[in-house]
Amino acid sequence: MSSSSTTTSAGRTARPAGRGRRRRWTFDRVSFFAVFLGLPLVIFIVFVVSPFVQALYYSLTDWSGFSAAMNFIGFENYVKLFHDDTFMLSLRNSIILGLIVPFVTIVLALALATVVTVGGSGTGAVRGLKRSNLYRIVSFFPYAVPAIVIGIIWAQIYDPSRGILNALLTEVGLDRFADYAWLGDSRTAMAASIFVIVWGFVGFYMVLFVAAIRGIEPELFESARIDGASRMRTALSITIPLIRDNIQTAYIYLGIAALDSFVYMAALNPNGGPQNSTLVMSQDLFTTAFSKGQFGYATAMGVMLAVVTLVFAALVFIVNFATGGRDKGVRR
Amino acid sequence: MTQVAATEPTETSPAPGTGGRGKRDRSTTFDAIAHVLLVIWSLLVILPLLWVLVSSFKTTKEVLGNPLTWPHSFHWQNYVNAWTQSGVGGYFINTVIVVGCSLVLVMVLGAMCSYVLARFRFFGNRFIYYAMLAGLTFPVFLAIVPLFFILKNMLLLNTLPGLILTYVAFALPFTVFFLHAFFKRLPYDVYEAAQVDGAGEWRTFFQVMLPMARPGLASVAIFNFLGMWNQFLLPIALNTKTSNYVLTQGMAEFESQAGYAVDFGALFAAVVITVAPVLVVYIIFQRQLRGSVVAGALK
Repeated sequence: MSSSSTTTSAGRTARPAGRGRRRRWTFDRVSFFAVFLGLPLVIFIVFVVSPFVQALYYSLTDWSGFSAAMNFIGFENYVKLFHDDTFMLSLRNSIILGLIVPFVTIVLALALATVVTVGGSGTGAVRGLKRSNLYRIVSFFPYAVPAIVIGIIWAQIYDPSRGILNALLTEVGLDRFADYAWLGDSRTAMAASIFVIVWGFVGFYMVLFVAAIRGIEPELFESARIDGASRMRTALSITIPLIRDNIQTAYIYLGIAALDSFVYMAALNPNGGPQNSTLVMSQDLFTTAFSKGQFGYATAMGVMLAVVTLVFAALVFIVNFATGGRDKGVRR
Repeated sequence: MTQVAATEPTETSPAPGTGGRGKRDRSTTFDAIAHVLLVIWSLLVILPLLWVLVSSFKTTKEVLGNPLTWPHSFHWQNYVNAWTQSGVGGYFINTVIVVGCSLVLVMVLGAMCSYVLARFRFFGNRFIYYAMLAGLTFPVFLAIVPLFFILKNMLLLNTLPGLILTYVAFALPFTVFFLHAFFKRLPYDVYEAAQVDGAGEWRTFFQVMLPMARPGLASVAIFNFLGMWNQFLLPIALNTKTSNYVLTQGMAEFESQAGYAVDFGALFAAVVITVAPVLVVYIIFQRQLRGSVVAGALK
């Protein structure tokens, strides 16, 4: 193990060698390429590439799946999507999730990561809080719990009668919550769901940001403190600019996950919640396809989901670029 | 996308060169506030899990009563019921089979593919690499309907091998993407030496290159394991036969049934059965695991 890591760094300078030179196509080499490149590629093409390509085509048909009849109807499915109130509602809900979940998660994760790393000795370098490792272990717990189980746990916590949340609230005297259905009331269903998703993600991104902050040169913090910068100031003008690429990556990951949100919603409110207030695109797609059998229409929803996801990723890049993300040149 | 390699070693080796130089600061108020914040956050994480654990020992009658009370006695029967009557045991075994096979397959195939892409120049190399990258960014939801029919036509729908193949296919892009960077950094002279010594391409890979990539393999394997263990969409769409259920979909099924059958004690026990193994493994290996997951995500 240890020897391998030393050779890794030592061999960095070596360049691709000898591939230009002609070698004989022995059985060894032919079979090598066939298995090493061919096998993974076949699986990738059959199960990943081809479904994506087929989806684009199916979205232009009125295919119902189980019959062979399939008519090319152009963009009719897409026109229909924009007049489908349920889908537009699910689109709206997904976009709300895509805007709120990444933002809240990253703000909380950054705050916790900052507190963990900048705590401890006020002078000198980033030392970190005492027992910060314990906090990191605990923070990471939700990541080890399957998302569906997170949803189930919180569905039980939110339950009007046997849930612990209402029991605690009535215990401290808030009697009006005695039988309050957090997930059954359209005023709170979405907020309660967002809380669960954020709960599932914060710890992971906190640990991620802690690692990123530890990667910053300690001298930078030191000189900031010598110059008399407050902790808040240090966090805002040193930490965040220096790890902004990590924040961008996190934003995109979280955005993709939030635009999907299928698992959480399936556990919290399988049927879209009160007045469809927590119905998301992926849920609508799933029922349209596998319950209603409208496969052509469902794939059009899938294309919309992909488009929204790509637009979201592009927006994150643009915002980061526009606010001066790339020109700092600190990393690289 | 790959600017952050510097953070990787700091996570695995704690307390990097930041020893306590300088004088001790008097402002302990900040630390106090910090601890309060972190304690609140930790409680927010632990209490729900703890409540589930406690509830898993209650009889269903107790679960339906006051949620704040302790169980009268340890009602182990919940675990037995969950494991046998509710089928969690079967789901558990299915999950182990599916995740185990998929993990081995995707690691072998991913390592082979990324090795060829990283170390050999040929026509279309970049194209394949970027196609894999694109496969990482597209939502699985777009593929799910055609995938259903592909598996159906191959008679793999609702079978464990079909599920395994899809898991492998969808974990492949990430695996290749991550290991590509890793193989690229391995020294070329070792490869040359193996070739000079007469080792064929197969032997060079399995006996020389693969062992050198072990740290990278471990990171990706952990990442893939958690992803596959938690996978939900693929099984519920492609694996609808109850006897083939994996844990995640079994749990979803259980929850939706619980509304009528009302064995809540067993539901909580099932949650514990699902969560405990991964959580225990995590606590034992927490440092390595967190390090590699972080390294994987920052890449």
